[in-house]
Amino acid sequence: MATDLGPSIGGAGIDGGSDDALRRRRRDSRKRRLLKHVALIVFGFAMLYPLLWMVSSSFKPSDVIFRDPSLIPSEFDFSNYTEGWTALARPFHHYLINSAIIVGFSVVGNLLSCAMAAYAFARLQFRGRRLFFAAMLGTIMLPIHVVIVPQYILFSELDWINTYYPLIVPKFLATDAFFIFLMVQFIRGLPRELDDAARIDGCGHLRIFWRIIMPLCLPALATTAIFTFISVWNDFYSQLIFVTDPDLYTVPVALRTFVDSQGESAWGPLFAMSLVALGPIFGFFLAGQRYLMRGIATTGIK
Amino acid sequence: MAYLFLAPWFIGMVVITIGPILASLYLSFTEYSLLQPPEWLGLENYRRMLDDERLHTALRVTFTYVFVSVPMQLALALALAFFLDRGVRGLAIYRSIYYLPSLLGGSVAIAILWRQIFGTEGLINQLLGAVGIEGEGWVSHPDHALSTLIVLNVWTFGAPMVIFLAGLRQIPTMYYEAAEVDGAGGFTKFWRITIPLLTPIIFFNLVLQIIGSFQTFTQAFIVSGGTGGPADSTLFYTLYTYQRGFGSFEMGYASALAWVLLVIIAIFTAVNFLAAKRWVHYGD
Repeated sequence: MATDLGPSIGGAGIDGGSDDALRRRRRDSRKRRLLKHVALIVFGFAMLYPLLWMVSSSFKPSDVIFRDPSLIPSEFDFSNYTEGWTALARPFHHYLINSAIIVGFSVVGNLLSCAMAAYAFARLQFRGRRLFFAAMLGTIMLPIHVVIVPQYILFSELDWINTYYPLIVPKFLATDAFFIFLMVQFIRGLPRELDDAARIDGCGHLRIFWRIIMPLCLPALATTAIFTFISVWNDFYSQLIFVTDPDLYTVPVALRTFVDSQGESAWGPLFAMSLVALGPIFGFFLAGQRYLMRGIATTGIK
Repeated sequence: MAYLFLAPWFIGMVVITIGPILASLYLSFTEYSLLQPPEWLGLENYRRMLDDERLHTALRVTFTYVFVSVPMQLALALALAFFLDRGVRGLAIYRSIYYLPSLLGGSVAIAILWRQIFGTEGLINQLLGAVGIEGEGWVSHPDHALSTLIVLNVWTFGAPMVIFLAGLRQIPTMYYEAAEVDGAGGFTKFWRITIPLLTPIIFFNLVLQIIGSFQTFTQAFIVSGGTGGPADSTLFYTLYTYQRGFGSFEMGYASALAWVLLVIIAIFTAVNFLAAKRWVHYGD
């Protein structure tokens, strides 16, 4: 909103001559602005229509979903939720807890390991720094499909298949290079004088990192936490591969089993549980928008 | 001291990333079912790809998806960013609304929604029916199933749009003011100032979206029930690789497929960077 071109449009009218022309132009620009808002709202509504319809349909009986495109259900019926909650081998909160465990550890792991690596890259001098940094950047875009087979072999050698270790341990080893990059950029923007002052006061690197850099990095840490949350909560591919025990299923894998077993007959409960799955993401979206927007703008992650 | 901070990353790099990359390269020259030790095949896996009809289908599907959905998605993102940039009141709200699908689009839940919307009795056909058109089962028709996934990718234009918006804000208003003094209209300003100054951002989005789209998996998996059907029309490259590796445990062949994907993505990225010299303007 820094670039409000409104005044310059009005300003162009000054040398335009009569008051009448000026007024007409003002009226036109107001009309145009209104038109623009109408277009933006209609378009936004069309985009969100499927989502809103999903919410509304989760309160409709399954057979009505097939013939009712309207957004307002004729009655609010929560039976899809109760039915969906118990439709699988375990109640749905079992899968929510499983997902929450993985997400919780992943967030902590990413924050710690990526911040440590970022501190080293941004502030410390060591041999091979340029090479390591280039290697780190090189792995940002690496498709997971290239490493998944050997990782599967490695984790099955360790007897880790059907545990959460394959999903959690890599996060403690800073394998999401995106976030290292994000934090390196952030730390480089912090004044070095702070470090120097602390060093003069006798602080070692551990204390500088923990007491000075980390607190100042809070915005970058928040961005990392939110994006880790969303990407791990949504992640399907690696959870599908590493977790095959139905007791350990996460939300996305459980939903997949649900859609495959119930098929087309149970859209109501399916929609209800899908919305339960989307809930936390939506919550973080509302709560952390500032960090989300900044994160995308600086690194391009979704 | 530095190595203490780097230790987790370094272990991860060696054990979780570089090691597996090399192991995958080795496995791509072998036959390996996880039960017996890998058996050296030389180039056999790569030769096999030449005759693998389903792989050719997968390549066709994936390329179609990337080449159709990425330009559409970016064009929409750019158009809306431009539309929103001109001091629209409530910008933050519009931005959030348009961005929301990007956050949700990769999830299983949205793929499930898509499967219903584009089903024979889905939302789209209900809406079409209301105006008297009888629609087909989009997801179940080999000619249309891929289009539904393209629509899904275009639907997530919000993330590149936010990046475009950030880029637009970097363009100094004095350029536009100077152009106005010279009598430039909106169209000229758009083509002569906005677009050229935005080319680095367009390039950034293009590279990012191409790399991401080549790796699409979840949506195709859920919408087709893991088969890539109907008639392999949504058999994405990654889905086919998954089927070979974790469906029939041909780990050697799956590794070869994954390496070819890596090479394809690398080539596209390199071509992008080379071509960029011709059309991307960096500030002097």
